[in-house]
Amino acid sequence: MRSLLAHSRLWILLVAVALAIAACADDAEDVTDEGPDDEDVEEPEDEEPDDEEPDEDAVDDEPEEDTGIEGEAVSIMTPFADDEEQANFLSTIEPWAEEHGVEVEHEGSDDFETLINTRVEGGNPPDIALFPQPGLMRDMADAGDMRDLDEVLDLDAVEDSLIEGTLDDGTYEDEVVGLMYRLNLKSLVWYPVPEFEEAGYSAPETWDELEDLTAQMVDDGNVPWCIGIESSGATGWPATDWVEDIMLRTAGLEATDAWVEGELEFASDEVRGAFEHFEDITGGFSDEYVLGGNTGMVTTNFGDSSEPMFEDPPACYMHRQAQFIQGFFPEEVQENPEEHVDFFPFPPIDEEHGNPALTAGDIASLFTDNPAAEELVQHMATAEAGEPWAEAGGFLSAHEGFDTSLYPTDIEQRQGEFLTEASFARFDPSDDMPAEVGTGAFWTEIVDWIAGETDLDSAVEGIDESFPE
Amino acid sequence: MSRTTAPPPPREARPTADRRHRNPTDVRRAGWSTRVVLLVLCALWMLPALGLLVTSFRPVDDITTTGWWTALGDVFDPTAWTTQNYVDVIVAQGMGNAFLNSLTVTVPATAVPILAAAFAAYAFAWMRFPGRNFLFIVVVALLVVPIFVAFVPIFRLFNTLGIQGDFLSVWLAHTGFGMPLAVYILRNYMAGLPRELIESAKVDGASHFQIFWRLIIPLSFPALAAFSILQFLWVWNDLLVALVFLGSAADVEVVTVRLQGLLGSRGQDWHLLTSGAFVTMIVPLIVFFSLQRYFIRGLTAGSLKG
Amino acid sequence: MGQFGGAIFAIAVGLLGALAFYWLLNKVVEALPPAWENRLKPYVFIGPAIVIVATFLVFPALLTIRDSFHGSNAEEFVGLANYRQLLGDGSVWSLLLNNAIWIVVVPTVAVSIGLAVAIMTDRLSSTWERVTKALIFLPMAISFIGAGVIWRFVYEWRPPGRPQIGLLNAIVEAMGFEPIHWLGTSDLRLNTLLLTVIMIWLQSGFAMVLLSAAIKGVPDETVEAARIDGASEGQIYWRVVIPQIKSTIFVVTTTVMILVMKIFDVVFALTQGRFNTNVIANQFYFELFQVRHQGRAAVLVVLLIIAVIPIMIANIRRLRQEEALR
Repeated sequence: MRSLLAHSRLWILLVAVALAIAACADDAEDVTDEGPDDEDVEEPEDEEPDDEEPDEDAVDDEPEEDTGIEGEAVSIMTPFADDEEQANFLSTIEPWAEEHGVEVEHEGSDDFETLINTRVEGGNPPDIALFPQPGLMRDMADAGDMRDLDEVLDLDAVEDSLIEGTLDDGTYEDEVVGLMYRLNLKSLVWYPVPEFEEAGYSAPETWDELEDLTAQMVDDGNVPWCIGIESSGATGWPATDWVEDIMLRTAGLEATDAWVEGELEFASDEVRGAFEHFEDITGGFSDEYVLGGNTGMVTTNFGDSSEPMFEDPPACYMHRQAQFIQGFFPEEVQENPEEHVDFFPFPPIDEEHGNPALTAGDIASLFTDNPAAEELVQHMATAEAGEPWAEAGGFLSAHEGFDTSLYPTDIEQRQGEFLTEASFARFDPSDDMPAEVGTGAFWTEIVDWIAGETDLDSAVEGIDESFPE
Repeated sequence: MSRTTAPPPPREARPTADRRHRNPTDVRRAGWSTRVVLLVLCALWMLPALGLLVTSFRPVDDITTTGWWTALGDVFDPTAWTTQNYVDVIVAQGMGNAFLNSLTVTVPATAVPILAAAFAAYAFAWMRFPGRNFLFIVVVALLVVPIFVAFVPIFRLFNTLGIQGDFLSVWLAHTGFGMPLAVYILRNYMAGLPRELIESAKVDGASHFQIFWRLIIPLSFPALAAFSILQFLWVWNDLLVALVFLGSAADVEVVTVRLQGLLGSRGQDWHLLTSGAFVTMIVPLIVFFSLQRYFIRGLTAGSLKG
Repeated sequence: MGQFGGAIFAIAVGLLGALAFYWLLNKVVEALPPAWENRLKPYVFIGPAIVIVATFLVFPALLTIRDSFHGSNAEEFVGLANYRQLLGDGSVWSLLLNNAIWIVVVPTVAVSIGLAVAIMTDRLSSTWERVTKALIFLPMAISFIGAGVIWRFVYEWRPPGRPQIGLLNAIVEAMGFEPIHWLGTSDLRLNTLLLTVIMIWLQSGFAMVLLSAAIKGVPDETVEAARIDGASEGQIYWRVVIPQIKSTIFVVTTTVMILVMKIFDVVFALTQGRFNTNVIANQFYFELFQVRHQGRAAVLVVLLIIAVIPIMIANIRRLRQEEALR
């Protein structure tokens, strides 16, 4: 009996603590409710695209579905974990949802892969999911978990609207199961503008010029490259991006496709050549050419690796990374990007292949036959859907005719132009490879190679061996 | 019975003669060598945590550019310190709610497995039935199974039952995952209790149920308290199980899930990570301190005479 | 505060539900004829626990063993192909070596420290005892993700000439040497040993809590008797207390050992298994979630299950001894 009393006292104590915490938290929330805190969540009314009619040419003409979804709910899963990104994503969905009286249940998480696997395998998929990598999406399509979007969208119209080749990224065995929603442009090299110009450097337009520039920097006693390829379980991906960007420029689109299919081996001259180009331009990963040398590369987190560019004087001068890296720049740079930073397109190598764009992005897939979700996908297939996010920044549209003037900065506007002018766009090849390779051996072997634990021969051999039979 | 006086003496029982020996002036004093060793250990143990504490009060750009100990040199430099990280975490949307959800998950997910494990541990320790040792060994062997293995099958089961996303699903999941260790540790403790006690209670005609509630549970309190602390911590700090079975919807998300939402999706917002780690530590530490009172000597002796 | 009421209600339902369940079960069995009652009584006590464990762990474990003989989608039967592939690949032996280091080092050191602290604090005044224990226990209360950050600030490497934010390298540089890339140094498996330090830091508190509870359970009479016989404090602990908590020491060591067998988060947070620090559970995660090959992932779990067998045998022997003593 005694012990029970002791027990109950313990619970009372716990409850009291909980009460206290809850009370504090409630107070805190009250404060924020009155504050200007909600600004970034609420969309200013007048900016909503007021098209009552969904874009005619991108939607199946089945008007009778327009009714009857009122009061329905649509569940969406995304890899957007932080609040800001979630709010931005929802700003592209909410106006539509309010207009149609649909409730959106959004779940965004860092552990997207684990969660979506569990949910789909467990037989309770969300209506819509946004995949950051098509590999996982294709696995699920292979298992027959997804809808063929041909049943929902007028694919010809969508294909016309999208940047060429983008529809293929969501295609699996002749079925379109995914729709590119947010594009990520990877072929960019960033540099700190004032210091760069002060030192008398100018943005190179060809590979040769880039080689000269790096040599010049080393002569001046400056370090050309900031490279960090550490990324938790995905360590190595920034290095594979380098190789892929070079591959597009030295071997071209067809060779890249053959490479993805496993027809062109990693040990082939073309692919090895791309690895070697990477090694050359970074001076064999020496610390004269790369901040921290090869150890620095494998230990520095990709998100932190651009930071030394903005030191005074810059500890390194160039950083090849996709456009999302802007969100990782130091605060004062982000507040006023045009004053501090700029990019040049990763330069062409072989004229024959021009200046392609390496891309990635978030691809939307439909799992259920919920009519409200179908209509939402139709909305997401329009160029206009992305406008609120584009205006907030950090969003590139996959649509050809997207109004680039909506992008908030000159930098983003020029990225949009680069995309539309590129000789061709190719979705990240390693994402298209079988998972054993693209998220497995390619990453691990390239890290070992850079760290100096293996030589190039055994690295490419190791990757080739990992291709499933 | 239920006096709510100051802690010492920390028991409701009358102080008996042998309790007197517990005061600090008796022979059980630690020598200076013991104190030095403990001091060194504590310092070593504290150092990383101190780093965390200092880091949590530093501006985000300083964290990744200079060592945390440099801030100690600038104690009086206001720009080297900030409370913004804590403000960001504490007033974040839904943090209060997340604390409640964490408690809602943690209290039953601590108590239920311990209750079930205590029953099972008693049976393993003091009852005879076919298959006893085999079952016990199986339970212990299961400690080695990584919990990822269980996610998909369990998820499917919860879907079928229609409890996916309810608190019940997380309680059950944590109960399942925490059970082997609880059974193992409690059985060991109960098996070590004096046999005569149980025999004499049986002679007095007490049923197993009575022996269990009136004798074993009070006697096992130190072990129960110890394990409660541990299980509470694991559940409180767990991210994956809560994420998989509850999800991150605002009305059910727990503190760890909320904290993850505050962090950048691709970045390492170390300033929020560090302050968040301290904010979430508050509750486990309160639990630890409040349960420590049950780690007292002579419970068995006291109850034998009582 | 409606939310709060809901939370309390949920907690109450959870707890009372569980209690009522046992009470009912007991009532049902007690209503049976005595012979049946005695036969079924043990199952009232272990039944719920066994059902829960079977559902949440046994059944998934059996599925996994089944998966280990199947392909990447757990569909087509491939016999021993996964085993051949993994065991034929030299890297699995490196995993096993690392796991072996973990299994030897962590339980030994963590349990020794936990025991030492439990014994030493037992002799302090109660206030100091609490404070000291709280400090040693503190790492357990820090969420793992926070602990990962802390230790990055210990082992972090930055290029020479740039400010070191890792404590160890700041010391090394202050002494006039080049900073060392600690976690990348696999000579003598130094990096694995450095990772085990983290686990020791975390688990000593765990060992201490359980061992302390056991020490407090040692009847005063036995200690008093030894003291009257004129034994010194040290002798009392060696000859009286430790023998009485031997089984707890065994149980705690075993527990830490098994926890360490499936060590994952420490490695994942700091090196993701690179630089020869890889361990079985980390490779399992990689195969399951990154490569998505369920068959090969399952083989790794089977390896763990096989590895636990010696520990099981030790436990069975202990049980027999216990029985003999009673």
